[in-house]
Amino acid sequence: MSLLEIKNLYARAEEQEILKGVDLTVEPGQVHAIMGPNGSGKSTLARVLAGDAVYEVTDGQALYKGQDLLDMDPEVRAREGLFLAFQYPVEIPGVSNVYFLKAALNAIRKHREEPEMDAMEFLAYVREKMKLVKMEESLLQRPVNDGFSGGEKKRNEIFHMATLDPVLAVLDETDSGLDIDALKIVADGVNSLRDDKRSFVVITHYQRLLNFIVPDVVHVMVDGRIARTGGKELALELEERGYSWLEQKVATGAAAPVEA
Amino acid sequence: MSTTLVSDAVEPYAIAFEKLRGELPGGDRVTELRRGAMQRFGEIGFPDVRQEEWRFTDVSPIARTEFDLSPSAGSLDAADLAPYSYRDCYRLVLVNGHLAPELSDLAGLPSGVEVRGLAAALGAGSEAAEAEVGRHAAYAEHPFVALNTALWRDGVLVRVPRGVVLDKPVNLVVLGTPGGQPLAFFPRVLVIAEESSQLTIVEQYATLGEGRYLSCPVTEIVAHPNSVVDHYKLQRESSSAFHVATFQIHQERDSNVSSHSISWGGDLVRNDVNAILAGEGCEANLNGLYLVEGDQLVDYHMRVEHVAPHCDSHELFKGILEGSARSVFNGRIYVHPGAQKTDAKQTSRNLLLSRDALCNANPQLEIFADDVKCTHGSTVGQLDDTAIFYLRSRGIGEEAARSLLTYAFAADIVERIRVPQVRQELEEFLFRRLPKGDIVRQAV
Ligand SMILES: Nc1ncnc2c1ncn2[C@@H]1O[C@H](COP(=O)(O)OP(=O)(O)OP(=O)(O)O)[C@@H](O)[C@H]1O
Ligand SMILES: [Mg+2]
Repeated sequence: MSLLEIKNLYARAEEQEILKGVDLTVEPGQVHAIMGPNGSGKSTLARVLAGDAVYEVTDGQALYKGQDLLDMDPEVRAREGLFLAFQYPVEIPGVSNVYFLKAALNAIRKHREEPEMDAMEFLAYVREKMKLVKMEESLLQRPVNDGFSGGEKKRNEIFHMATLDPVLAVLDETDSGLDIDALKIVADGVNSLRDDKRSFVVITHYQRLLNFIVPDVVHVMVDGRIARTGGKELALELEERGYSWLEQKVATGAAAPVEA
Repeated sequence: MSTTLVSDAVEPYAIAFEKLRGELPGGDRVTELRRGAMQRFGEIGFPDVRQEEWRFTDVSPIARTEFDLSPSAGSLDAADLAPYSYRDCYRLVLVNGHLAPELSDLAGLPSGVEVRGLAAALGAGSEAAEAEVGRHAAYAEHPFVALNTALWRDGVLVRVPRGVVLDKPVNLVVLGTPGGQPLAFFPRVLVIAEESSQLTIVEQYATLGEGRYLSCPVTEIVAHPNSVVDHYKLQRESSSAFHVATFQIHQERDSNVSSHSISWGGDLVRNDVNAILAGEGCEANLNGLYLVEGDQLVDYHMRVEHVAPHCDSHELFKGILEGSARSVFNGRIYVHPGAQKTDAKQTSRNLLLSRDALCNANPQLEIFADDVKCTHGSTVGQLDDTAIFYLRSRGIGEEAARSLLTYAFAADIVERIRVPQVRQELEEFLFRRLPKGDIVRQAV
């Protein structure tokens, strides 16, 4: 069974149609990359998958482990193993990063009928995960993302991901704006979590990331749709040629029914 | 006509005063003060909503209620008091306005420090008490200050002599024990921090029993040069309580007063907080947090007066409103001519958790000096949907996410509280009050 199966997905926000028939299938253990121009709907797709109520799904479906994903509350999706690393992680002053994660992990474990971790267990567990993303201890004690630099926020997302141990992780531009060291940390974090059951959907603008996280499949999203799917060489082609040749194709394709 | 209404409402107070005046404590000055205050109350009566200062707070339910104006102390034992008595504090307890020495605990009080009943202090000829009571809280324009000044039966005197640092906080527990006829009491608190002294005081207002009552305290703090006063007020009375309080601060040169006013109880709550920065180099930090639900109303009327140059005042108030609760924050900053280099900052933030909750925030800056820094800001908002989604996307349930963010909103006030007992009390309250509080407890 596919881990994720999106069929003909349409979604809108504030009267604006954003996703216009997305099809995407992710098998267990695969890494998919989604590229595409600004405003093409990549983040929207990620947020719809995570359950952001800002977006209204108007057509299509998404099956996750064979279940109707769109029918689940966002927290249930998370507890079922879906993780979204936000393009813009949210600052939450007043809520400590580490205690918040403990509450989140325990909510997930409870859902999985695993025993909750006590403070000691959790601390030992979390220390391991911190090493993975080279997080400084001080970022643990601070409020969630509060006053973090851009790079620290991205790394914190990967740290959350590693801690919460997802089955499907969607990374929305987690590489954007990172220097090469931070980028490697993020990529190492992802690579160390790769196995034959866990899958990733990596949204990025830059083929550079895909040198470090080598994808199985590359998609290009244009105007709310997957315009092209290929292997990792597609990313290289995009790097060279840009997106305009694909955008034109979509434009003529979209125009066709109107002309008919 | 409204004038008849006013005098109707006022009459029982005048009668009670005539009956009680012989037994009310105080020497010549205090007695004269009482008489003047009663007379003034007779002239102005209860305020109505046509008056600017009472525009959003209708006290007619108070004016209409027939209170027992000299309720007895009742009898309480240590078990009743347990929830309110903090460890490691000097404790004084007032029940329905009467001092309850058997519930108080002043063991180990350093010699020279006065922490005692105000009536007893006056009775024993305390010069400080006789000189200072009522010198700072002006009654002429405030009917409830007038009532308190006329009718107070007892209260507390805290005086820390020059250079002394009081080792433990003073915990003042003001209890109301309503039941049967509504009752009213008027506690009076006088705190004197002499030169270069330091003290911490916690005022707690709480209820045992059910029924209407009015607690109407006036607290005066006199901070002499270079003194440091850390003040807390925890208003946690029952939802049948009226609470109308005035907190008057007088600061001399280089003194530092900070106050945290926490309010979650009461039906109708009004707090007037007035600070006069009379000497150079003063610092006043006046913070507050209120949580209201149902039909509760809480009104903070702040007035900070910069009289001398080089003084700083900072106000941070946060409110969390649910149900059809209402809040009023009126923040006046008055900078006198000559109070140059004033640095005054006022912030009020309200979080509305329901559609029917309502808040009125009204900053008023009156500045008569030209080299000053005065800022104010007020916000009213709801929980941030993006933040809720972010938390939920990590597996936290919706209710818990909302509660977490609500807690987080309050957290910067909670974190400023330096008395662990008070801080813990507030945290525990929040964990109880917020849905899924056990998750919040884990996550903060
Ligand atoms: N909440 C919203 N309300 C209204 N319009 C939205 C909303 N979210 C996204 N949009 C619009 O939908 C379109 C797609 O946005 P989205 O953020 O999904 O693009 P993206 O591919 O992630 O772009 P980028 O590469 O810049 O991150 C844009 O035109 C955007 O303005
Ligand atoms: Mg995006």
